[in-house]
Amino acid sequence: MPVSSYLLPYDFSPLTLLSYMLVLGFYGVGLLRMPEQDRPGSGRIVTFTLGVMLCYAVMQTRFDYYSQYMFFVHRGQHLILHHLGPILIALSNPLPVMRFWYRKMSPSVRYWLQPLGWIYRLLQQPVIASVLFVGLIYFWLWPPIHFDAMLSRQLYWIMNWSMLLDGLLFWWLIFDPRSPAVTSALGYGKRILLLALVAIPQMILGAWIVFSRGMVYDVYEVCGRAWPMPPETDQLLGGLLTWIPPAMMSIIGILIVLRRAMHEDGKYPKSRSLAGGNA
Amino acid sequence: MRRMLPLWSVFVALMLAGCTGKEENWHGKDISGLMPELEFQLQGTNGQPVTAADSKGTIRLLYFGFTSCPDVCPTTLTDLRRSVQQLPEQYRDDVTTLFVSVDPRRDTPERLASYVNFFGERIVGLTSEEPALRKLAKRYRTTFGYDDPDASGNYNVSHSSAVYVFDRNGDARLLLRPGLSPEQISEDLAQLARKSSS
Repeated sequence: MPVSSYLLPYDFSPLTLLSYMLVLGFYGVGLLRMPEQDRPGSGRIVTFTLGVMLCYAVMQTRFDYYSQYMFFVHRGQHLILHHLGPILIALSNPLPVMRFWYRKMSPSVRYWLQPLGWIYRLLQQPVIASVLFVGLIYFWLWPPIHFDAMLSRQLYWIMNWSMLLDGLLFWWLIFDPRSPAVTSALGYGKRILLLALVAIPQMILGAWIVFSRGMVYDVYEVCGRAWPMPPETDQLLGGLLTWIPPAMMSIIGILIVLRRAMHEDGKYPKSRSLAGGNA
Repeated sequence: MRRMLPLWSVFVALMLAGCTGKEENWHGKDISGLMPELEFQLQGTNGQPVTAADSKGTIRLLYFGFTSCPDVCPTTLTDLRRSVQQLPEQYRDDVTTLFVSVDPRRDTPERLASYVNFFGERIVGLTSEEPALRKLAKRYRTTFGYDDPDASGNYNVSHSSAVYVFDRNGDARLLLRPGLSPEQISEDLAQLARKSSS
């Protein structure tokens, strides 16, 4: 097979391509036109682009084919859509670019975008955000739902997009660059608590898949695999991918938030406690 | 937590909507609305093109396999044949089995013809060049792959183990997972035949 066919989408989705082009386009144009003192450094730009391109790659290249017909590749796809990609995007802090475009908007556009802001604030309530984060993983991995999602093209796209959007929301909540000492961003203590809390159900689910004797996800058996691989191996690898990397990412997330909290310690003398503002 | 209440009620309502609302009881998996209607253009065992229109008006059972298949394909085809034989007499001619070989390199039309003839009369052997097979497999969200050949040139082929059932209009209705008995398949087919003939 020629190299180009690995880069072309298996299941072409114009809407997906358009969304990614718009995101990168707005980011790029924003970078060029914004005042230099606001512009993110090259490291952040590379991190952002890498995060976006990783998500694009698992949705619109040959990778998507293997994700549809191998359980463990599918778990890898969601690991990137729900964890790694959004983590990179959130860490790159695209806030200055978003602020730049927000200032460019006319008041009427801002008025019409208001409901989006309400939904955003509702979804960023810590309890809702973490229940949604874990809930979506459990929902799409619930065997009957998973079966339907892999059979129906429409459901499959809804699944992948919901994972990506939810990943962005959650990791933005965690890595919000605004300091909780001076803004209403979530306190560092609560962020750490959320990261630890969401790791546990993911570990339980992963371990359950790994130690299941029977076939939990028979849709890959029913629909044929991308290559003949023993079903148990596929399920074992998929379970491990659900179990270990997300737990590791929670720990790395905790370390990053801790480091930030320590850096800010004493920086804002009048502020309340940094650990969740509960002093 | 009170803020979550509306969210939960929506969630629960969605779940319930997914569980109820179907009065029919099938042994197979109901895939109405999940998959597109039957459409293909492949080669029959006489080398002529065959499309879905050729079997219109009958219930179609679509199955992907290959003739060198050691156990799964013969078992499935035998089960399908037995389930059709168990149907009430007036429906027996209303079911067409479409056996699509995903191994066109080995499965010549002649080989395919002698293979499917072994499993009854109302079974059509189909194959094509690989791209057309890939297209059809993708349409029904399945795939197939080839193992490396061994010393004597034999190789294994991974393929779907399920049977797709389409009604007389060509709408996707059921997915028969492996493990169903011929009696259960027969009951499903009879129910489908009764409903669509009235």
